[in-house]
Amino acid sequence: MALYSEKVMDHFLNPRNVGVIEDADGVGEVGNPVCGDIMKIYLKIKDNRIEDVKFETFGCGSAIASSSMATELIKGKTIDEVMEVTNKAVVEALDGLPAHKLHCSVLAEEAIRAALKDYFDKNGIPYDPEEFREHDAEEDVPPEVLEAAEAEKAAAAASCGTKFK
Amino acid sequence: MKIIYADNAATTKMSRVAIDAMLPYMEEYYGNPSSLYSVGQKAKEALEQARADVAACFNAEAREIYFTGCGTEADNQAIISAARLGERKGKKHIISTAFEHHAVLHTLDKLKKEGFDITLLDVHSNGIVTAEEVAAAIRPDTCLVTVMYANNEIGTIQPIKEIGAVCKEKGVLFHTDAVQAAGHLHIDVKDQNIDMLSISAHKFYGPKGVGALYARKGIILTNVIEGGAQERGKRGGTENVAEIVSMAAALKDACAHIDEYAEKETKLRDRLIAGLDKIPYGELNGDRVHRVPNNANFCFEGIEGESMLLMLDDKGIMCSSGSACTSGSLDPSHVLLAIGRPHEVAHGSLRLSINEQFTEEDIDYIIASVTEVVQYLRDMSPFWRDLVNGKRPHVFSE
Repeated sequence: MALYSEKVMDHFLNPRNVGVIEDADGVGEVGNPVCGDIMKIYLKIKDNRIEDVKFETFGCGSAIASSSMATELIKGKTIDEVMEVTNKAVVEALDGLPAHKLHCSVLAEEAIRAALKDYFDKNGIPYDPEEFREHDAEEDVPPEVLEAAEAEKAAAAASCGTKFK
Repeated sequence: MKIIYADNAATTKMSRVAIDAMLPYMEEYYGNPSSLYSVGQKAKEALEQARADVAACFNAEAREIYFTGCGTEADNQAIISAARLGERKGKKHIISTAFEHHAVLHTLDKLKKEGFDITLLDVHSNGIVTAEEVAAAIRPDTCLVTVMYANNEIGTIQPIKEIGAVCKEKGVLFHTDAVQAAGHLHIDVKDQNIDMLSISAHKFYGPKGVGALYARKGIILTNVIEGGAQERGKRGGTENVAEIVSMAAALKDACAHIDEYAEKETKLRDRLIAGLDKIPYGELNGDRVHRVPNNANFCFEGIEGESMLLMLDDKGIMCSSGSACTSGSLDPSHVLLAIGRPHEVAHGSLRLSINEQFTEEDIDYIIASVTEVVQYLRDMSPFWRDLVNGKRPHVFSE
């Protein structure tokens, strides 16, 4: 079986909504270059609805695919609906991600929330900070997936030269 | 779509010579070399001829060659053996380098837990350690120096003969992991003062699952695999005759063509390096001259390696990266970190390893594709945008 599903490869090779919105109403950036991934989401919001969304991503195939899918999932939705979009929804829409790539979907969720928070802050809209805390990849992930991720990590650590054979 | 396999440092396609050599030992002479009847003895003869052939490629003697299941096993056995010999004399210090293959590094980790003291020498930014640095690290209790012949990621060739001379002078065993060098570079264990050397067949157009350890006569090996009396009692398990014969044929063939292939590959490699050098804010990893003829390894700022690999695969080009995302760990390549590349740059690495069958057109196609992919990924990278806008500092110059 290939590492990635056809959906992931499609969104990686033909990413939707790539780019910048110069007069964005909210911008969110998460990740850092040392870890090897950064996602930036630009939102245009009108009447409480995502009128337009663009992304820029520095990262691996699943990071780019997760960003692309996440933008598709939130486009045209109301803010309340967007708040319901979790990393799980991104993973499901991509027909799954390998266990050690789940953090890419978490980054996508966090980037969207960071952009919304930016919009709220700029417009003085009150919100519950609890909704915007950063969380790690292990939350919201079913235990069996976590277990698989741990096993994969252990296998990666145990086999010599997983980077270069 | 044309397929360009540019990952020959990972593994190679078997040569016709190697495939033809192994078939008779699967179809006809399938006997166990330890059996006394003819079909077994035929296999035994082939096994011993293979040993002599492998030995001849390194100016060694047949009885100094031990067949193993892979290069990793050979590395394990060489290091464990030297450690056991050393600790009997109270010598429990081993010197190696920070950018060895994990076959060496993880074996050293194991010995460290047993109480050995391990010195990992820093590697210069050009990917080379010097004999002087090895000499300076040797102590009265040093039992082994193990330094790879050529690095598997960046292809840099170490001054093996000089390091060997230093070890010989100080009476310390010297092992080299020659997995990336065997069949590609001239190796002479006597001239280069090598006590132990590891090779792996699938890196020189032979089969996977077979390797060899050269150990100078007089060095008593410790078993990694216990069992029967095979390999003079030093490696249990019925010999993998077909693959051993195939490895010997592949090595003989590769060694007969070293100069011819190296000349062709070096020309193509330098064309590739010159083409990729034109991409702004990218840099070659490892020394330009002292590197295996088939390796080019670059870091490009602002992008991540796995996405480069996948996009190149979509264009029919297969290659490797040292990014964390291709390794299943959180850190990028320890080799790139060892030569001083910062994490954010090491994530954007690309290794291309060619062979002598490449054409100039192949090389030009790779250059054009990599240039296009780097630009495409940079155009969607917020990290690249920050570099361009001066929000983050560049590591490389334009």
